[in-house]
Formats: sequence, structure tokens, C-alpha cells
Amino acid sequence: MFVKKRAIVLNAVYHFFVSIFGLFMLYPIIWMFFASFKNNHEIFSLTASLIPKTFRFENYVNGWNGFGTLTFGHFIENSLIVSIISTIGAVASSALVAYGLARIKFKGKKFWFAVMLITMMLPYQVLMVPQFVLFHRLGWVNTYLPIIVPQFLGQPFFIFLMIQFIQGIPAELDQSAKIDGCNRFSIFFRIILPLMRPAIITSTIFSFCWRWDDFFAALLYLNQPRLYTVPLALRMFSDPAGSSDWGAMMAMGTISLLPLIMVFIFFQKYLVEGIATTGLKG
Amino acid sequence: MNTAQSKKERKLGKITDNDNVVGYIFILPFVIGFLAFTLYPIISSFYFSFTRYDLLSSPRFIGLENYKEMFIEDPKFWHSFGITCLYVVVSVPLRLIFALLVAMILSKTTKLTGLYRAVYYIPSLLGGSVAVSVLWKRIFSDTGAVNAILRLFGIYSDTNWIGNPDTALLTLILLAVWQFGSSMLIFLAGLKQIPRTYYEAADVDGAKPVQKFFKITLPMLSPVIFFNLVMQTITGFMTFTQTFIISNGSGAPLDSLLLYALYLYQQAFGYYRMGYGSAMAWFMLVIIGALTALAFKTSSSWVYYESKEE
Repeated sequence: MFVKKRAIVLNAVYHFFVSIFGLFMLYPIIWMFFASFKNNHEIFSLTASLIPKTFRFENYVNGWNGFGTLTFGHFIENSLIVSIISTIGAVASSALVAYGLARIKFKGKKFWFAVMLITMMLPYQVLMVPQFVLFHRLGWVNTYLPIIVPQFLGQPFFIFLMIQFIQGIPAELDQSAKIDGCNRFSIFFRIILPLMRPAIITSTIFSFCWRWDDFFAALLYLNQPRLYTVPLALRMFSDPAGSSDWGAMMAMGTISLLPLIMVFIFFQKYLVEGIATTGLKG
Repeated sequence: MNTAQSKKERKLGKITDNDNVVGYIFILPFVIGFLAFTLYPIISSFYFSFTRYDLLSSPRFIGLENYKEMFIEDPKFWHSFGITCLYVVVSVPLRLIFALLVAMILSKTTKLTGLYRAVYYIPSLLGGSVAVSVLWKRIFSDTGAVNAILRLFGIYSDTNWIGNPDTALLTLILLAVWQFGSSMLIFLAGLKQIPRTYYEAADVDGAKPVQKFFKITLPMLSPVIFFNLVMQTITGFMTFTQTFIISNGSGAPLDSLLLYALYLYQQAFGYYRMGYGSAMAWFMLVIIGALTALAFKTSSSWVYYESKEE
């Protein structure tokens, strides 16, 4: 009896601390959400009160109206175009490469596998200057090409994740398909690709989230406001000289996080599995 | 006609049966990408590092000038390298410790475990976005939520955490540690793979929880911890968006947020010194390469891999 009571108390203490700490973790995000309904005065002076006195939607209206003729919807459209095309390219090309490295024995396979791993470790900063020079010479600056094209050439993280997955598919499937007269291409498209669905979904989610969030490539290659993606556009609300519209920034910031949160809610299982199997960050 | 077609088919059949050819067809995207967007840039970067190059005129060879300037004449270079090391050395272990601690707490399965995992993971998912960096700037300012909360607890504070050179880097470290969620998920998966029998055997022997942690949990997780340590050190060196947004691209206050990647960006794209930027990039490549090699070399002495032969 006593033992049982003690277990209940311990359990309550456990949940109390885990949820308090969880709330603490989420506090900045919650604060941002509520701040998007506050006016600048409330954001600055009444910081201790989390919930706004009245919910105002001006920030959303002001933020959405954007700058000049460019509404925030325009930036969202840009971001969606870049993220969706990049993601299709990254996932499709990575699936091909992963199958090649996981299942086919060819000369130099070990070498290319090693190259893939090293590329995964390579810091982007090393490539950024020469890549910029290259794209500058190609006349690709101020287009989406420098962001999109490399995605169509296989992404090491996704290749790695998909190789892991393909290795879990029994090789007997390939062999029996071969006996039935399938060549490598039909084996890949008819048998392996449909079975790879979970790995494809996981990569799609990660790719979309990373491209949606990508600030650095956009900063390097997009210098005209009409081309801006959401991360660049958000920066326009903050004016180093002084009059930042914090309310509008919080409102549009909240909107910019929505796709990520939606993805998380609908695909949580795939995200968690993807992280757990490869040690992906994200 | 028919024979010609079947001949053609046979020829096609031969190519699609040759794994040496087919293999390369499958990995072709990666091969092209590697040659065009990785190997070629790396080599040209090495060349640029010995030149003065502003994009407008063609690169001019100046020998070791860039490296000389970097190592001897530019105090900002060592400053940015130093604070980046500090940032990585503090934030990466802290993040991993938090991740492991919370993973162990959450490995106890209850009805709410799924929800808790989600809550702790969300910051990692959102943390890299511009919105969160902007938010960080707001809540750590003198009129921000952090000071307001401190006051609720009776600690009076009107520090501008971001504006004060002594505390600015700290806010950035907190931002990194806050995102421990993805490592936590990795550790949770790793914890699940440790055989229950190990702990049962330890219980029979009367081991204390602390002993079980150091003798079973930690050694069994060490490959995962090790991999995360290496990867996060690399990504730590690359931290850019957060410093750029929080300091408006300047590294202010007093260069306390001038992390290596930001300084490299300033040199290359602020002053259009592509040569100097390339030299900085190569230094970074050497450091990261050395760290990775060192980590792998020494891993056998402190990483426990379960032997596969048994």
C-alpha cells in the first residue's frame, strides 16, 4: 500500500518536472505567437505578461502587405517554388544514387561511397567562395539556379539514409526479379522504389524543411527583393537604423514557422525515424 | 527490320546487363555534382587562396600574402577563430549532455512520452530559421522576456544580453543548447538498442544506478555520442544565420559575435576579397579535417563498438 502511494507520488513529480521543463523549452515560441497579436508598446513595455490584453490582427495585415508592391504572399510563393523544386530534385537524384551504391557491384564503388561520406562531412564554407565565383561566371546570380541545380545532383545525407534503408530490403527480391527478366532499371523503378516509400518521405520532409529555412544560399545569390524567399524577407522588417516593425516581424515570423510545424504534426513518425537511423541533424 | 530491332535490343540488353555501366548510370548525378560543385570548387578555392581577387578583375597571384595577413597581421582573424572555438567547445558538449540527460528521463515510457518528445524536439526543428534568430534578439534585449522573467523571480536585471559584449556569445550558446532535441532523439533510439539483459545482470550484481550509467549506458552509447560530437563540431564551426541575424551582419557588439563563418562572409562578400576568404576557408578545412581525423584515430581508445564476430 505504502509502496504504491510512493510510486504515485514519484510519478506525479516526474510528470510535473518534465512538463515544466518542456513548457520552459517552448516558451520562446509561445511568446512569439502571442507577441504577434500585440502592438509595439505591449511588446516592449509589458514583457512580463504573456497573453495580449486584446488580440490585434494589425500585425498580420501590415506584415502581409509587405514592402511596396511586394506582399508577403509573394515571398511565400518564391519560397514554395524553390523548396518544392529543390526537394523533388534532391530526393529523386538521391534515390537513384543510393540504389546504385547499395545494390550494384561496379568498379570504383567503394571509392564513390567514401567520396560521398567525405562530402557529407565537408563544411559548406569551404565551397561557398569558389561556388559563388562559378555561378557568377555562369551568370546565375539573381536566379534560383544556384540554389536549385545542385539539389538535382544527389544530397549525401539523403543518399546515406536511403542506402541504410535499401540494405534492409531483402536482396532475394532483386534476384527473383532478375530471373523474371527485369533489368536494373525496372528492378529499381518497379520493386525498390515503391518499397523505399518511408525513406523517400523522410528525405522529402527534411529537404523541404531545410530549403524552407535556408537563409545562407538566398543571402548569397538573391539580391533583388522580388526574388526574396521568406527568410530574406523577414529580415526586411528589421531596420538596423531604428524603426523596426517588431509586431509585423513576429506575425510573419509565426507564419514562416507554420509549414515546419504542420510538417511536424503530420509526419512526426517519419521525422523521428529519420533522425534516429542516420543521426541527421534538423 | 525485325532482325535489326532485335539486334538493337540485344545490344541494349548487353549494356543494361553490364553492372559496371549501369552502376555509373545510377550514380551519375552524384558524380557530376561532385566534380562540378565540390571537387572543382575546392581546387579553385586552393588557387584563389594565393591570389587577390575581387570578382571584377581576374585573380592576381600574390603567393602567401593572404596567409601571412591572416596569421600575422589580422588580429580579427584570431579573434573570430578563438570565439568560434569557445562557442563550439561550450555549446556542443552542453547540448549533448542535455540531450543524453533528457533522453534517459524520457526513455521511461508513459502515456505522455510521445508528447514530451515532440515538445523537446520542436526547438531543433525551428531553431535554424530566421524567425527564431529574430525572436532570440527580442527576448534577450534589455526590454525582453528574459529580463522580465528574472524580475518575476526577484532578480532585477536590465542587461541588454545581446548588446553587451560579455554576454552576447552566451545568448548564442543558449540558442545552440536549446536545440538539443535532435540529438535527444538519436540517443533515445540508441538507448532502446541496449539489451535489457545487461541491466538485469547488473541488478543481480547489486549495481547502483550511477554505476549502471557509467559501466553500461555510456559505453554502449559511445559510438553514437562520438558520431554526434564530430558532426556537431563541424556544424558548430559553420554557424552563420544566427550570428548574422542577431548582429545584423556586423558581429557587434565589439565583434563578440563575429564567428568564423561570419568573418569569412564579411571578407569575401562584404569587401569582395575572394582570395582572403578562400585562404580562411582552407584554414577551416584543415582544422576540421584534423579534428575529424584525430577523433577517428583516438576513437578506438574511448569508443566502445560491440564486436561483430561473436
